[in-house]
Amino acid sequence: MPVTVKVPTPLRKFTAGSESVSGSGATVGALVEDLEKRYPGIRERICDEQGRVRRFVNLYVNGDDIRFLQQLDTKVKEGDEISIVPAIAGGRA
Amino acid sequence: MTNVAVDIPPGVRIWAKLEGFNPGGSVKDRPALRMLQEGLKRGELRPGKTIIDSTSGNTGIALAMLGAALGFPVELVLPANASIERRRIMEAYGAKTILSDPLEGSDGAIRLCRKLIAEDTERYFKPDQYNNEANPLAHYETTGPEIWQQTEGRVTHFLATIGTSGTVMGTGRYLKERSRDVQVIEVEPDDAFHGLEGLKHMASSIVPGIYHHEQLDAKIPAPTDEAYEMVYRIGREEGLLVGQSAGAACWAALRLARTLERGEIVTIFPDFGDKYLSTNLWQGWSDRAPRFADDRARTARNPDVRVAPGQ
Repeated sequence: MPVTVKVPTPLRKFTAGSESVSGSGATVGALVEDLEKRYPGIRERICDEQGRVRRFVNLYVNGDDIRFLQQLDTKVKEGDEISIVPAIAGGRA
Repeated sequence: MTNVAVDIPPGVRIWAKLEGFNPGGSVKDRPALRMLQEGLKRGELRPGKTIIDSTSGNTGIALAMLGAALGFPVELVLPANASIERRRIMEAYGAKTILSDPLEGSDGAIRLCRKLIAEDTERYFKPDQYNNEANPLAHYETTGPEIWQQTEGRVTHFLATIGTSGTVMGTGRYLKERSRDVQVIEVEPDDAFHGLEGLKHMASSIVPGIYHHEQLDAKIPAPTDEAYEMVYRIGREEGLLVGQSAGAACWAALRLARTLERGEIVTIFPDFGDKYLSTNLWQGWSDRAPRFADDRARTARNPDVRVAPGQ
């Protein structure tokens, strides 16, 4: 089911500059796999080698932080908005 | 640094300058004061003006503190994902905080600040920490001489993490004037996508006007994950609670140390770690070992979480 993914500036090099892309998946974890198929290399920035989200990365579903839900097992439904936000202020000109 | 540095060559020592002891809690007290002093001297900062700048946090805290002491109103633009403690500290000093889009990072704060000033130019004095030469000058006049004096001239390598680059540029310039052989090394995040609050990955950012990388000797890219691990190690092994940029600086200093036979390495720990306790640095993902005792209740719901013995 299609959802909207908001992409932070430093990851837009994977999405050809787009700040907002579509993805699909029943859970956030499945969505990350889907994003990797569309935008190869992006998963490695978000997750470590064990497939866990890196410490400094936050993922929100409709504004809710998935750290306090079911992490990558958090369910996602059509029309949801998922945001990828680094826990800090980095930046691109 | 002794316990975290136990495996470095015997002829090498690592010294960390603890800038968290400054009145505002960070290394930024130095450039903030110098920039305001310059502004007052030139008459650009005068009664009726409001101090404004974009900041990831520590400069804002320093400006808020100084603005309160000097009697100037302060407005600070920072990304919404800067830690809550920073905002609260600034507001406790009476500053007004304006939050910019977290997806746009510190460059988003820079742009929003420019926009606000453009809408009301006469009202504002902007220290402009990314372009104001008074920023590195503060380090040339204070940080550099202190290091030289406190190491009795023995410093061989100076490392600093870069955000505005003021610390490494100004301190480096002073140290190289005292001894041509001193190596000055910048430490930056290893990727544009990082979790090191306050630091800049230069290749993907608006480059500060005060940054002149040709004057520096080397660059060490620091991975966020390693910097975070170093913060935990420094806490447990050295008894210091520091911020993530200190973790990055220490990680880089250790890396450098292992390549040398002899050396007195000095690095800056920009602040202490209290301001980060609510952030991802400590409030992590529950699929890793909990850091605090009360995290156990949160992770108890997930039977796959393993808690390391003794934690």
